[in-house]
Amino acid sequence: MNPVNYLYLAALLFTIGAVGVLIRRNAIVVFMCVELMLNACNLAFVTFSRMHGNLDGQVIAFFTMVVAAAEVVVGLAIIVSVFRARHSASVDDASLMKL
Amino acid sequence: MSANLAAYATSSGEAVQFWVLGTVAVVGALCTILMRRAVHSALCLAGTMIILAVFYLANGAYFLGIVQIVVYTGAIMMLFLFVVMLVGVTAADSLKETIKGQRWWAVACGLGFGILLAAGIGNASVKEFAGLGVANSAHGGNVEGLAALIFTKYVFAFEITGALLITAAVGAMVLTHRERTERAATQRELSEQRVREGTHVPPLPAPGVYARHNAVDIAGLLPDGTPAELTVMQTLRKRGQIRDVSTEALADLKALEQRSEERLGRDRDEEEATR
Amino acid sequence: MENLIALLVGAPLLGAAVLLLGGRRLDRVGHWIGTLFAAASFAIGLALFADMLGKSADDRALYQRLYTWIPVEGFQADMAFQLDQLSMTFVLLISGVGTLIHVYSIGYMEHDERRRRFFGYLNLFVAAMLLLVLADNYLLLYFGWEGVGLASYLLIGFWQHKPAAATAAKKAFLVNRVGDMGLSIAIMIMFTTFGTFTFGPVLGATGETSEGTLTAISLMLLLAACGKSAQVPLQSWLGDAMEGPTPVSALIHAATMVTAGVYLIVRSADIFNAAPDAQLVVTVVGAVTLLFGAIVGCAKDDIKKALAGSTMSQIGYMILAAGLGPIGYVFAIMHLVTHGFFKAGLFLGAGSVMHGMNDEVDMRKYGGLRKYMPVTFVTFGLGYLAIIGFPGLSGFFSKDKIIEAAFAKGGTEGWILGAVTLLGAAITAYYMTRVMLMTFFGEKRWQPDADGNPPHPHESPKSMVVPMVLLAVGSVAAGAFFEFAGFVEWLEPVTGFAHGHSPLSAATVTTATVAVMVIGVGLAYVQYGRKPVPVVAPRGSLLTRAARRDLLQDDFNHAVFVRGGTHLTRSLVYVDHTLVDGVVNGTAASVGGLSGRLRKLQNGYARSYAVSMFGGTAVLIAATLLMRAV
Repeated sequence: MNPVNYLYLAALLFTIGAVGVLIRRNAIVVFMCVELMLNACNLAFVTFSRMHGNLDGQVIAFFTMVVAAAEVVVGLAIIVSVFRARHSASVDDASLMKL
Repeated sequence: MSANLAAYATSSGEAVQFWVLGTVAVVGALCTILMRRAVHSALCLAGTMIILAVFYLANGAYFLGIVQIVVYTGAIMMLFLFVVMLVGVTAADSLKETIKGQRWWAVACGLGFGILLAAGIGNASVKEFAGLGVANSAHGGNVEGLAALIFTKYVFAFEITGALLITAAVGAMVLTHRERTERAATQRELSEQRVREGTHVPPLPAPGVYARHNAVDIAGLLPDGTPAELTVMQTLRKRGQIRDVSTEALADLKALEQRSEERLGRDRDEEEATR
Repeated sequence: MENLIALLVGAPLLGAAVLLLGGRRLDRVGHWIGTLFAAASFAIGLALFADMLGKSADDRALYQRLYTWIPVEGFQADMAFQLDQLSMTFVLLISGVGTLIHVYSIGYMEHDERRRRFFGYLNLFVAAMLLLVLADNYLLLYFGWEGVGLASYLLIGFWQHKPAAATAAKKAFLVNRVGDMGLSIAIMIMFTTFGTFTFGPVLGATGETSEGTLTAISLMLLLAACGKSAQVPLQSWLGDAMEGPTPVSALIHAATMVTAGVYLIVRSADIFNAAPDAQLVVTVVGAVTLLFGAIVGCAKDDIKKALAGSTMSQIGYMILAAGLGPIGYVFAIMHLVTHGFFKAGLFLGAGSVMHGMNDEVDMRKYGGLRKYMPVTFVTFGLGYLAIIGFPGLSGFFSKDKIIEAAFAKGGTEGWILGAVTLLGAAITAYYMTRVMLMTFFGEKRWQPDADGNPPHPHESPKSMVVPMVLLAVGSVAAGAFFEFAGFVEWLEPVTGFAHGHSPLSAATVTTATVAVMVIGVGLAYVQYGRKPVPVVAPRGSLLTRAARRDLLQDDFNHAVFVRGGTHLTRSLVYVDHTLVDGVVNGTAASVGGLSGRLRKLQNGYARSYAVSMFGGTAVLIAATLLMRAV
């Protein structure tokens, strides 16, 4: 089997995550979909690392994880704040920025 | 899954593992975006992430595989679950689309994007690959190799991401912390207010009165047998998580009668047998 | 002596300043101050004249340079004066007749509470006119030219409470602006051609300049002259200008404003001499105006308007003479001066008649006034005889010379111009006799005025009578004086002079002139002396009705310029609205419409934005792949 298959899998997961971001209204689920996309990227990085025979891809994936962790912390804090204020976690409810 | 195996070739075992677990991962991802309850989505995503961890290991990224399980599945997904519980664990989303054309655009873009990405990968695919055997063994192992890179070549990025993490933690605390702007009312003031308003002068009744379950989510029954929602705590009331046990009492009685009937019947049989 | 030239202008200017800035405390003495300053100017003029007579003919011109008016590199204009024989003639006419009109106005404006202001304007008028004739460069001349325009506006509209007066002032100003435009363009062409404005260099350089340029300058100068001198086609303001007080009419018509055009042409003689085509146009304009004014004068019942038509006609004579070149310049100026005397006398006489007749101007309501106003009758009658060219009086000499010069032009043009001037002389005799008969002879046709007071004709006060007498003396004697004292030799160094070769002998022309004059007088006598004059004007022939309406000049102007201008403006506005604004508004509307549609894309939903981002990413990937494939 060629490791390229891992890349196809990563692309598929990324696309699924992106579509999830687009069709879900619950902010938490949207967030989960973003995490799914990040993980798909990480899989691609790890596969690249293997294909090229060096560890830089893994380092990048590692940093991605760290940044994702930071992002999740802040993002969830925002969701909690919004939920407290509005009693709703729907991203469509925050639609005031329009004409 | 030895290092050498992962480094130079993909064994047929790995191929089997890929096709089986890969299918499960895709199903998990699809479930993540299609489940109506956020908690189900979270669980499906956790499953997908664990499978990804396995794939990391299979690709020779042993450190990342472990980190994936510990950090992602262990910490981040738990964080998600906490928030889901905070927001309402049983609340189900409506999957009905409200923005006109949004779903069709999303699916069209997703299909186009996926196909194009796959085409790009296919366009750039190589038949041969290097493997990680040399890279992993250069410093005596995968973790050592990563460490060598992180603390030399990527040391600034590493420091900066550290700063980012701390900032994010502080930011999350600032965002969720609510400053109290006025002094909390004392017991005396609360009771005086109750008397002044004239409603619920005595303390609220406790839940679970007359109930067989000693649980907070069961409304106490009034003397005529109707449940009094006032007895359940405010949070559960708002979420609509009150359990109605008025029908359970009859069902339990029936079960009790049935059981006693069985018991009595067995006793009668024994008596007859003894006799 | 040349240091006195500035005082010629300065005295009336100072008078105007004192009167206009002095305020009400000068109300009681204002008219004396104004008259004093005008008289001072005249006295200085006389002194300079006496000095000039003492010099040889070629050395008479005086120059005075006060300061550099516009000190710009390459664009220099001096506040400098030039006093030669031509200017001297004008200075004496302007300040002399002007002073007499000042004296006359003391009596005429006695009951007007704004008399001080009136005298201030009169002084301003005289100062501007003197500046015009004394300037030594075209730019300063233009300054005086505009000053005359301003002063005429103020004086014609002096009784601004009458809407007709305000309108007439505005009309005079606007029509004059057309002429002023001609003068300014002429000055611009001069500057680009010669690089200077000063008379000497400009007129001296005509030999090296192309005839086309000179013709252009000449035609523009002619346009300017038409505006100020009320020549066709810019004649329409003159009749309406009669709305001003009568002394103003006398001042404008006799001594000052309308003569400015003649002065301009004679002053620029060198330019015109080098542009024969332009000269022909000048004579044509003069001939047309001559007949035009005469015909209008025949039909008017308003005594002042009849005289206004006469003025137009007489200025036509002068312009025609000026267009004839060196054979005519001197006679143009000569007729100008004699005309200044008798026309001023006629106007002052008309003012005197109106003064006695409750300000009635309709001659059909006069009649038989000779017994009640003997002095006015005699002075007016002498002016009348002078203007129709009665042998021996001033008009006879000057007009006869012009007619002779017209014939001397030679060829077909000479015959035509001569015939026109003769015809004009006949018509002049006709309409002036008509005025005379309707006013002073026949039965009384007096009507009570609007308040019901019947008129009590009486002789005017002394301050009005004395100037009339002096002017009558001038009307009688000026022509003969000029003829025998050598006016031609006096002006020749400035304007040049050439004897024409007339196909007719001088005696023949004189006989013909007298003959047509007698015919004109006889016709008028048959029509107005033998039969009673109806109080209400008969309907009259088509020509009469047209002439009563100034030969439809206003209708023509209205139809061609006002309506044409209105339509042009409307069509331009239409083009502006539809085309220019259409493009602008259309762009704005399409941008607005597009924005309105694009705005719907911004619906506030983060997920919609995410779709566009995602789609954009897909497009980017597609583009990258395509580029790689190519």
